[in-house]
Amino acid sequence: MKLTPLDSKAIAQRRQILHIMEKSQRGHFGAALSVMEIVRVLYDKILRYDSRKPLWPDRDRFIFSKGHGCLALYVVLAEKGFFPVAELDRVCHFGAMLGGHPESRKIPGVEASTGSLGHGLPIGLGMALAARIDHQSHRVFVLIGDGESNEGSVWEAALCAGKHHLENLVVLLDYNRMQSYGTTKEVQDLEPLADKWRSFNFGVEEVDGHDPAQLESILQRVPFVPGKPSVLICHTIKGRGFACAEGNPDWHHKAKISPEEVERLRKELENTR
Amino acid sequence: MRRTCLASLTDLARQDPRVVFIGSDTSRANLGEFIQQFPDRFFMEGVYEANLIGMAAGMALSGKIPYLNTIATFLSRRCYEQVVIDLGLHNLPVRLLASGGGTVYAPLGPTHLATDDLALMRAVPNMAVVAPCDAEEMARLMPLTLSWPGPMYIRIAKGGEPIVSRPDLPFRIGAGIVLEEGRDVLLVSTGITAQVILQVHKDLAAQGVSAAVLHLPTLKPLDRELLQVQARGKTGVFTVEEHSLVGGLGSAVAEVLLESGWRGKSFRRFALPDAFAEDLGSQGEIMRKHGLSSESICGAIRKML
Repeated sequence: MKLTPLDSKAIAQRRQILHIMEKSQRGHFGAALSVMEIVRVLYDKILRYDSRKPLWPDRDRFIFSKGHGCLALYVVLAEKGFFPVAELDRVCHFGAMLGGHPESRKIPGVEASTGSLGHGLPIGLGMALAARIDHQSHRVFVLIGDGESNEGSVWEAALCAGKHHLENLVVLLDYNRMQSYGTTKEVQDLEPLADKWRSFNFGVEEVDGHDPAQLESILQRVPFVPGKPSVLICHTIKGRGFACAEGNPDWHHKAKISPEEVERLRKELENTR
Repeated sequence: MRRTCLASLTDLARQDPRVVFIGSDTSRANLGEFIQQFPDRFFMEGVYEANLIGMAAGMALSGKIPYLNTIATFLSRRCYEQVVIDLGLHNLPVRLLASGGGTVYAPLGPTHLATDDLALMRAVPNMAVVAPCDAEEMARLMPLTLSWPGPMYIRIAKGGEPIVSRPDLPFRIGAGIVLEEGRDVLLVSTGITAQVILQVHKDLAAQGVSAAVLHLPTLKPLDRELLQVQARGKTGVFTVEEHSLVGGLGSAVAEVLLESGWRGKSFRRFALPDAFAEDLGSQGEIMRKHGLSSESICGAIRKML
């Protein structure tokens, strides 16, 4: 896959992810880096929300279903003012608001507690149906992973969403082709992935998940097919921005990161393209 | 009881625009009026319980009160993690209408028996667990479900149970009901075993033993206070339930009694064994085989006194 160069914002947000990792000494590094631009574009360009009124009834809903990638979400929510940036200094600490998976009962702007995989799409489906009952115009976006797509409940919800012709439901699939053990090819191949979703009656598009401009232009076009829910397959790289972590399952989750390692990662990020 | 439960939903939907019905490929019986009057709030969906729990959670997060109906064992065991996380952790007002709790589906074999449902649901933080004893008690329960703040599991019995609940005794979620006062021993039930312990009460009375009858339609939150008051001074406490020995009514009562320093002579749980059902036949046959008839319970209690 041809690499889209990371722009200055992409680098700055990755610096923050590394900062969180350094402070908390743990985290699902690879997943946060693969979803970073997806989350950024949603909050910069696509979602309707008001961070001062996180429960504004007309807001678009965003369910971060692959909860382990939450460091990217925390960076963006802090930037948008849902909570103080200082919270990023104590992720996973005793008494902190932000943990290794996002919790809706603690964090303003988080719609549902996730972490166990395969929960977000059924919840998003229910929200999209509720919006239809109430003739509300907001949309529901659900970010899921490719490893997460092994869960049967993802496909149960897809079957049901297709039946209901939910135009207001958009699935963002982070297709980094890596799961915890290794590649999706080794563990559980999802191909033909786009055809699978098409056969479940979704409108399907594919995009470079690290290209903000491309993400924005394609997400402005949802629903992709009138009368159908949408899925955007985002081609991404797990660990994007850090040469040692890119496509390396050792960086799926990391704990105990030495100061030397942090320094090495910092250099890798500054040298990345 | 099932008819009462499902038919009452039309009234609830009329009263409260937040009410939504979700069925998992269940029968349309008793739902005709709902379908006709509230088609946009009626969802007859496929056989994917995990998805439906999440869907109900999503609706509840959007302000709805979903009533989700299917067979008890599929609503408890099949989608347990969704129940725990989507409903329990988020503390959402979803009502699980569990058809055929206990041994109702006896002829269909062990895949269809829900004899661990009360234990599983009790273990979920925030979950209320309610098992009415007859259709009239179900009718008293249903309107109160509109204002209960968290998730609730409602065990629906076979139907056609004799009416033993009493309109003169107030029904409240979380409150026990003393059906008979007594001096010597305390009999405790949940769900349809109220009828059994009322018969045991009569049989014991004929033999000169005065037994109080405490019915606990809500197993969680348990009415600890009333249980302690009723157990005080009794020589024996006996629980009777259509559920396995593990984690149901007997366990809940034992926990309260031990922690409250109850000093009676005899305590026994009359329940189904911690085993998969070997027998088919009817609910009554299974209950009798495992000593859950009034005759066997009465005999067993007499021996202990």
